[in-house]
Amino acid sequence: MNLFDILGPVMVGPSSSHTAGAVRIGLITRKLLGAVPVKAEIGMYGSFLATGKGHGTDRAIVAGLLGMQPDDMRIPRSFELADEAGLQFGFTEAKLKGAHPNTAVLKVLGDNEREMTIRACSLGGGRIMINELDGIEVNCTGEMPTIVVNHRDEPGRVAEVTTMLSMLSINIATMSVYRDKRGGRAVMVVELDQGIESDTLKFLESLKGILKVTYINMGE
Amino acid sequence: MAYLSLEEIVKDCEAKKIPFFRLVMEDDMQERGVSEKDSRTQMVKLWQAMRDAAKNYDANERSTSGLVGGAGGRMEEYRRNEEPLCGTFVSRVIAEALKMGECNACMKRIVAAPTAGACGVLPAVLVPFFEEHETEENVILEALYTAAGIGQVIAARAYIAGASGGCQAEIGTASAMAAGALVHLRGGSPRAIVHAAAMAIKNLLGLVCDPVAGLVEVPCVKRNVIGAMNALSSADMALAGIESRIPPDQVIDAMKEVGDLMSVSLKETGESGLAGTPEGRSVQNRMFAGK
Repeated sequence: MNLFDILGPVMVGPSSSHTAGAVRIGLITRKLLGAVPVKAEIGMYGSFLATGKGHGTDRAIVAGLLGMQPDDMRIPRSFELADEAGLQFGFTEAKLKGAHPNTAVLKVLGDNEREMTIRACSLGGGRIMINELDGIEVNCTGEMPTIVVNHRDEPGRVAEVTTMLSMLSINIATMSVYRDKRGGRAVMVVELDQGIESDTLKFLESLKGILKVTYINMGE
Repeated sequence: MAYLSLEEIVKDCEAKKIPFFRLVMEDDMQERGVSEKDSRTQMVKLWQAMRDAAKNYDANERSTSGLVGGAGGRMEEYRRNEEPLCGTFVSRVIAEALKMGECNACMKRIVAAPTAGACGVLPAVLVPFFEEHETEENVILEALYTAAGIGQVIAARAYIAGASGGCQAEIGTASAMAAGALVHLRGGSPRAIVHAAAMAIKNLLGLVCDPVAGLVEVPCVKRNVIGAMNALSSADMALAGIESRIPPDQVIDAMKEVGDLMSVSLKETGESGLAGTPEGRSVQNRMFAGK
């Protein structure tokens, strides 16, 4: 752990896993949606379900959806602020088996009509992991600059992306490819050692067979 | 962190003739590829956030569950109006630890050190020391590096979360960090720093994590007090030249072993210990019913 994982983060209490991590889950959902969320159905699982209310996990996730960081003093008032911002939200029990005990499943709708479902868990110390995106496993933390590429499962799509990165001299730290079925929808999760320009992302999205490119950089 | 051993840090400090904090700071700069200025700027922000958190306490606030709140205010009133057994400085440390623990439970902004549950220990000793001993801010920053270096070694060799190793890992680590920081503030040697940390862990060894209803409230708020008090006594012992008879690294390893042996029901699951008492259970049932 680096020095500022031991001292820090600066956060609103009471729990780095149940509060700070929960804010980050909401925040990363908003970033991945690429729009202002107007509706959110939030499913809680495990310890989030059992002790979430007392830890403010519910308010923390809503705060993240509103774009707040874990140290935002307005987190306790997020429900009222969501009403003002026109974000409808509700909570349910997420029926999962064998997931990480601090897991939430968010089904969100953006003001651009886009719908998205994300399953994420809080690992402790405020760190999180996105496990699933629209039904496809992804397992990335967002701690490094990460591109999530939705594409068709067909030959050449991975090469398009890696060639592009190679031309820009951007080093790939880790890379995984998932799909729902042969020839179906696929997701590429690429963690990078350097950040990437928005023009590059737009270009990637214009390539054949690439459906959508999402960029996560929690450091920004 | 390149170091997995407190004893190795001491050895390197002695060989290079540099203080403990400098070794930790240089390690951080190398690890994250940042300049000394950047590293210090980040530490200044943390220190500022700690001081702000201490100032923002409100004795009228209560946690969502209603279990905690107001104890810091009562302690403050008592120490002002009566003669506390612990004297003026230590009674202030008690009040500050309670206040920060309650700020955390009441969803206010705090600095996790090393966790949110143990966020009161380090500021409880550093803030009063800074304000009452006319200490330069620079020296406080050095103390924070010292504390962080101790925490890093414990995190690497054992663990720092109650869910992993019980309260001994959480308040125990915070206490060890604070003990080392205090020894630095009083000009103690690297060797005295790590022995203070070792004694602090030893004295809290075996402490379980048994929060009522699984919330960071009871007994967590008051455990911040024992963490801070234990840091003061461990630091004073080390400054007096007293050492831990078991070497510091072996003490951390023992903490890990005890944590591994500890029942899961005593690691933040809200099942046994204080959480499992009739009163603890009835609070938990009330919380669920109130949903």
